[in-house]
Amino acid sequence: MGTRKSKAPPPAQARASMKKDLPEQFRDYRHVWVFMELERGHVHPVSFELLGEGRRLADQLGVQLAGIILGPPGDSTLHAAAEAFAYGADLVYLVEEPLLTDYRNEPFANALTDLVITHKPEILLLGATTLGRDLAGSVATTLLTGLTADCTGLDVDEDGSLAATRPTFGGSLLCTIYTLNCRPQMATVRPRVMRMPQRSNKPIGRVIRHDWRMLEEDIVTKVVGFLSDDRSGNANLAYADVVVAGGLGLSNAENLLLIKDLALTIGGDYGCSRPLVQKGWMPADRQIGQTGKTIRPKLYIAAGISGAVQHRVGVEGADLIVAINTDPHAPIFDFAHVGVVTDAVSFLPALTEAFTRRLAPANRLRLVN
Amino acid sequence: MHIVVCIKQVPDSAQIRVHPVTNTIMRQGVPTIINPYDLFALEQALQVRDHHGGEVTVLTMGPPMAEESLRKALTYGADRAILLTDRHFAGSDTLATSFALSQAIAKIGNSFGSPDIVFTGKQTIDGDTAQVGPGIAKRLDLVQLTYVAKVTSIDLRTRAITVERRSEGGTHVLKSELPCLITMLEGSNAIRRGSLDDALRAARSEIVKWNAVEAGIEDITKCGLRGSPTVVKRVFAPTPREQKAVQIDTVEKAVQDVANELVTSIFAHQPALEHELSSTRSVSR
Repeated sequence: MGTRKSKAPPPAQARASMKKDLPEQFRDYRHVWVFMELERGHVHPVSFELLGEGRRLADQLGVQLAGIILGPPGDSTLHAAAEAFAYGADLVYLVEEPLLTDYRNEPFANALTDLVITHKPEILLLGATTLGRDLAGSVATTLLTGLTADCTGLDVDEDGSLAATRPTFGGSLLCTIYTLNCRPQMATVRPRVMRMPQRSNKPIGRVIRHDWRMLEEDIVTKVVGFLSDDRSGNANLAYADVVVAGGLGLSNAENLLLIKDLALTIGGDYGCSRPLVQKGWMPADRQIGQTGKTIRPKLYIAAGISGAVQHRVGVEGADLIVAINTDPHAPIFDFAHVGVVTDAVSFLPALTEAFTRRLAPANRLRLVN
Repeated sequence: MHIVVCIKQVPDSAQIRVHPVTNTIMRQGVPTIINPYDLFALEQALQVRDHHGGEVTVLTMGPPMAEESLRKALTYGADRAILLTDRHFAGSDTLATSFALSQAIAKIGNSFGSPDIVFTGKQTIDGDTAQVGPGIAKRLDLVQLTYVAKVTSIDLRTRAITVERRSEGGTHVLKSELPCLITMLEGSNAIRRGSLDDALRAARSEIVKWNAVEAGIEDITKCGLRGSPTVVKRVFAPTPREQKAVQIDTVEKAVQDVANELVTSIFAHQPALEHELSSTRSVSR
């Protein structure tokens, strides 16, 4: 128990009360930092979501919020800085270096570690993307500090410590984790878990350029190429406004057509719960939940999904959750807004038809106008 | 070449249940499995060995019963299995875990030859952190290649390795050097069944067991709870929504009527959505 990558269960209370005064060398660590992830020149939306959270934490602590930008010299980093201010940052630490063009662990981990050692943040947040997790793991290990993965909730407790809540035991429970006696307190948060904050037209804040150098010859890994997902057209499930998903209640792989039909009818995207990926019925990038995608659509329809917590944490940000399941006691009815206790396989075609009829007159009207 | 694969024995999380009253995990009867992502790492390691020669050492840290997982790995064709087990490791977070594992890998290097590649799964299904791989790489000063979908080529003469690494919105092709640490993505390869020879050998094999001292760990305070900067303060079940779901009545109704009622209910909750759906629909068609 509690070995690789897992968190230990309860003896917790006793441990947390062991918290002593913060060691001398960490007492001047201040401010909340958000790592701004650049994806081929564009800021990943998770960075804005984190700035929203970071702003709240910084206000509670009465400290400043900084955006951290590592990238090549040019418009993309300056644009990212302006966006950081628009989403609430007070200042931006900027490292501009040509060898920070494409993400590679060695230079990014080196530069971020250097920034932390120089400017001493109290809290450092990163997106739980492939880039963020790769980077955060290295930086936390070098700094020998705590890192909490995939948080679903962040807060500051009475004594100013970061309380990071995340699903545990495959998502069956939630746990709140503290980093004691080490700084910074690091956490990663998945895209779409936190609400996108309002963008304001805040005047430009302070940009602090950080002088950092590394030689290309000292970096072992080279980027040889990039194959974009664009052609597959399924990279945007996390950002779809309407999502229909199926679970084991669909009985067989052929019935996934019912999900796709409904999704197409209402102009949405489709996905599934984990067991269907394990059965090979759908590719992993369509999996919704703790180990798959987190979604925040306006409408989410779950058909034949029982709703284990690992699924719940992936969908509870949806504005309206509709559950279709034969079992009236399925956990999904605890967090759905509208429920239908019925067999999804026989019900889905009727639902698709009902939507078609309801939406059709609007279309006709549009054509007339 | 020498390859080390780090695996973890995990409870099959799909089968874990939470006690409805006490909110504790009910572990009784929950089967344990090799972390599924680690199987992709093991398979990749075996393929590299089969192609380039050498041997594969499988390493796990855990309680004595984790031996089962190592024996299973031997039946798939691993050459050697090492269990790192010591009460001092209990309660390790990812930082403490990566410390213990990296010390053990260094010891493996001294005993059986320095590893050219350390493989592991992208994350475990119980912890889900994906932090231990990068932690081991940093502590051993290895190049880290995470979320690898495919090992494209390895040139032992020039010590060059090319991989495809999954990133946001696409796949990066990276060229790097051995030694390195690779974390493998799901679905990256099909797991072999293992031969009869391997099964017989696994049944006869001795699993090497190391405690902290035997793994060469001098500073035990870097392990277990004491070596973990993070602590779990509170474990709790998610709170049910205050309002239960509005149930659409299905009793003695035609399925189409129920469907119409559901659609009405959806748009009653989300009035703006109807117009939006109508327009996205006309665009998508």
